[in-house]
Amino acid sequence: MKKRAIVLANALGVSAALLVLWQLVVWIFKVPPYMLPPPLAVEKAVRLKLPLLLNAFEITAEEATGGLALSVIVGVGIALIFAQLRWVRRTLYPWTLVLQTVPIVAIAPLILMWFGAGTPSVTLIAFIISLAPIIANTTQGLISVDQNLVHLFLIHNASPAQIVFKLRLPHSVPALFVGIRIASGIAVIGAITGELYAGSSRVGQGGLGYSILYASSQLQTDLLFALVLAATVLGFGFLFLVMFLEWYFLHNWHESARAPDAE
Amino acid sequence: MSSAVEAPMIEFAAVSKRYGNAPLVLESIDLRVFKGEFVTLIGPSGCGKSTVLKLISGLTPPSGGTVRIDGMLPKNARETVSYIFQDATLLPWRTVRQNVGLGLELEGVSKDRREQKSAALLELVGLGEVAKAYPRQLSGGMKMRVSIARALATNPRVLLMDEPFAALDEMARDRLNEELLRLRAEQKWTAVFVTHSVAEAVFLSTRIVVLAPNPGRVCAVVPVELPPTRTAELRSTPAFDVLVARVSRTLREALTS
Repeated sequence: MKKRAIVLANALGVSAALLVLWQLVVWIFKVPPYMLPPPLAVEKAVRLKLPLLLNAFEITAEEATGGLALSVIVGVGIALIFAQLRWVRRTLYPWTLVLQTVPIVAIAPLILMWFGAGTPSVTLIAFIISLAPIIANTTQGLISVDQNLVHLFLIHNASPAQIVFKLRLPHSVPALFVGIRIASGIAVIGAITGELYAGSSRVGQGGLGYSILYASSQLQTDLLFALVLAATVLGFGFLFLVMFLEWYFLHNWHESARAPDAE
Repeated sequence: MSSAVEAPMIEFAAVSKRYGNAPLVLESIDLRVFKGEFVTLIGPSGCGKSTVLKLISGLTPPSGGTVRIDGMLPKNARETVSYIFQDATLLPWRTVRQNVGLGLELEGVSKDRREQKSAALLELVGLGEVAKAYPRQLSGGMKMRVSIARALATNPRVLLMDEPFAALDEMARDRLNEELLRLRAEQKWTAVFVTHSVAEAVFLSTRIVVLAPNPGRVCAVVPVELPPTRTAELRSTPAFDVLVARVSRTLREALTS
């Protein structure tokens, strides 16, 4: 406990020192604010543009959440098919790698062309980009069940559905959460990237990505910084939420989710 | 014991087994296990001990010959059979009680009945207090007891055990051996047990089948003429030592034959 307090104090101290240094550099070298606004200016921008920031934050959060939820539902469904049908897995699994490697900036304009600007397109982009880790991890979790456990179920005349829902699916939950953790970060990036292209159907109102584009075109660098801050908060918030859910569902029985007691 | 009119609980007639195109694992096994017997299969690695258990439980079909459980094909006799693996094979996301009830659950037994039965069995194996714990909170020996309780929950008439205590330390193993015999005296199942330990085989069995490897075949059958009620003291009697020595000698012969 004491150790943790020291680590926290250190982190806060270093952050404060960096902020002071940043403020001093801007003052001493007279850096123009459109190049690098000092921390106090960023803080002022946050205060003044709070409604805009909150609105953008909410829009992007909704898109990322929607995309992630969709990729969990679809990803687990695909993983179930992959786990049950080996030939489908062999044939289609490489395509999940394609899904993972295709640059999202390259397909974003296509999505925009097909589905128009606005939230649905951005959600779709967040979904596409976060799908691969869910499929890969869940499939691995579903097929890596101890063979003796399968035998145990067979000896008690378990149906194929019982083997999936009472054995494979619960066994895959820790792996699914690893996938979700990776996907949650990517979904936020996907949503912001998506907004750069398909940002908004209403002028001046959009998510973080759209607002970043808007602020930079207006040379409102202080607002730009505030938006970057908001995007970071969103990414962290997402990660913490997922980690909390992981802990909530797994702490009773799974090693990975146990609170560190010795540290 | 094996009167001519009594039908065997388990019957192997000229059973051979190979997986795919691999060499034979088992060759012309003839084996009859009668109701109430405790038969232990012992032999060096590669003699197909585990395969015999898989054939009895219908997890794999024989390549030649016939296997019958109480006159039925193994696949149709599964309701009479339970299996205890070398690992406790508990589901980590279920509590101890939910694990014990697994077999009953898969067979469609109602929840009330299941919980009643699981609680009774946990008492029987001395784990009444940890019913709501998760497997990771238990020691290796306790996990194995849960595994035994789960196997007994479905009221099996045949209990198959594949080196169930191999991963435990000797003290825990001896204690569980004694408990196993106590449970058998109460519940009267027929057992087929696989082990590497001669002492364990002698302590538990009514009959020991020594298998030879490559391909697996029956090399000797040693009846264990010890009193039916056995306690820890039995291990330090001369009769016990004599049997252990005899089985060990047969086992060495099996290796060199």
